[in-house]
Amino acid sequence: MIRFNQVCKRYPGGYEALKNVTFEIAGGEMVFLAGHSGAGKSTLLHLVAAIERPNSGSVVVRGQNVASLRGGALPYLRRNLGLIFQDHKLLFDRSAFDNVMLPLQICGGDYRESAKRVRAALDKVGLLQREKANPIALSGGEQQRLCIARAIVNRPSILLADEPTGNLDAGYAGEIMDIFQSFHQVGVTLLIATHDESALRHFAARTLTLKHGELQQ
Amino acid sequence: MKNWLAQHARALLFTLRRLLAAPVSSALNILVIGIALSLPAGMVVLLQNVQGMAERAVDAPQISVFLSMDAGRDDTARIDRQLKQHQAIGKIEFVPREQALEQIKQSTGLADVIGGLTQNPLPDAYVIYPKNTGAQALEALRDELQKWQGIEHVQVDSAWARKLEALLRFGRLATLILGVLLGFALVAVTFNTIRLQILTRRDEIEVSKLIGATDAFIRRPFLYSGMLHGLLGGAAAWLIIVTSLLLVNGNLAELAQLYASSLVLRPLSAGDSLALLGFSACLGWLGAWLSVAQHLRRIEPR
Repeated sequence: MIRFNQVCKRYPGGYEALKNVTFEIAGGEMVFLAGHSGAGKSTLLHLVAAIERPNSGSVVVRGQNVASLRGGALPYLRRNLGLIFQDHKLLFDRSAFDNVMLPLQICGGDYRESAKRVRAALDKVGLLQREKANPIALSGGEQQRLCIARAIVNRPSILLADEPTGNLDAGYAGEIMDIFQSFHQVGVTLLIATHDESALRHFAARTLTLKHGELQQ
Repeated sequence: MKNWLAQHARALLFTLRRLLAAPVSSALNILVIGIALSLPAGMVVLLQNVQGMAERAVDAPQISVFLSMDAGRDDTARIDRQLKQHQAIGKIEFVPREQALEQIKQSTGLADVIGGLTQNPLPDAYVIYPKNTGAQALEALRDELQKWQGIEHVQVDSAWARKLEALLRFGRLATLILGVLLGFALVAVTFNTIRLQILTRRDEIEVSKLIGATDAFIRRPFLYSGMLHGLLGGAAAWLIIVTSLLLVNGNLAELAQLYASSLVLRPLSAGDSLALLGFSACLGWLGAWLSVAQHLRRIEPR
């Protein structure tokens, strides 16, 4: 599903975020990406979603080499990915419902059908009762769950999460991990970047560990 | 296709809601555009009115021939005969001096003044409708008649209209220049308005790009916003012109009464109104497009 082949990413100024990274994630697999902060976890996720491009090597997602994708094709790649951010990236000028509605509006489609899917996604993360609330009125854990609802409303085959439990206390973090587990069970491919040791120990999932931009085997 | 229309309808609705969410700043923006547009459009309306009057005058050029005060009956009879026989003249109309005086008395309200005159100051006159109404033919005829004995003065009544025509050409050029300049101003105003919108909605644009929005999707509400600003600005300009004309016509009626004639400025025709709205909407769209092309590219998710 996701294949990195000798990927290097260098930032202007010479800093090497990823050095010769090679790995493969099969469809339906749940993989953790571990490592200290600054090890290149976010950069790796950015490369999958083509938010950044590698300097060398290939990043193949669903059979497409993302590294050489034209700008015009990017939106269609991203519609098949669910992105979950540490800082949530929610929009505070609209309700929780409308936040989750955004990906469906972008794809276009029947409003009533879309609304049903939005409510299903909100229900999945336990926020159905808060659909009219502004995200600013939600707690950190609720905001993170709202971000997850937005990522899954499109029913993507791949979910990418960058420190999804980074700012949360243990109880909330456990809830989030349970939600991810349930996606794993229905066959979604998950790549979760985290430095949360308890989460890593909790699940018997493969873990890729990055250290100074290099993959530790 | 249905999907595509729905997307557009949603973008338009969304933009309208945004516009209404900040009514004061939207209204001020629209007013600026309206005022900028109302100047050239108002000038066009004025020119059209003046041109209309000039054309009515030029349509049937007349030559007024005033006989000498001392012309006797013989002279008058001779001139009458010569005029009727003249090849270049289609129709003549004799205006006896008594009738001319009577007309002035009735139509200008100067009866008191004229009543005080001991003698009729007006000569006998002919109004001539020439067959050939070209400017050169008219002038040739005027020069010829001028030489006849017993004729004091020959006046080509359409001469002023021709001078006016030249003035109008100048006016049209001035309007064109003003229109082009203020058209640029309109584009600049929408450019800036949309730039501000893009900057304030930076987060939304970034998130939309992250979750798979195409550039067209992101551009759409901004283009609609520019177009709506232009369209509403055009409507504001239309209102400004129509209101001004109503006010001016009220005053003009008084003035016209004093001169015993009727002067009414006609407002924009339906076609011109539509053209104004369409033109302003296009310019608004153009300003938005330039702004989007300039600023949207710089917003990339990180």
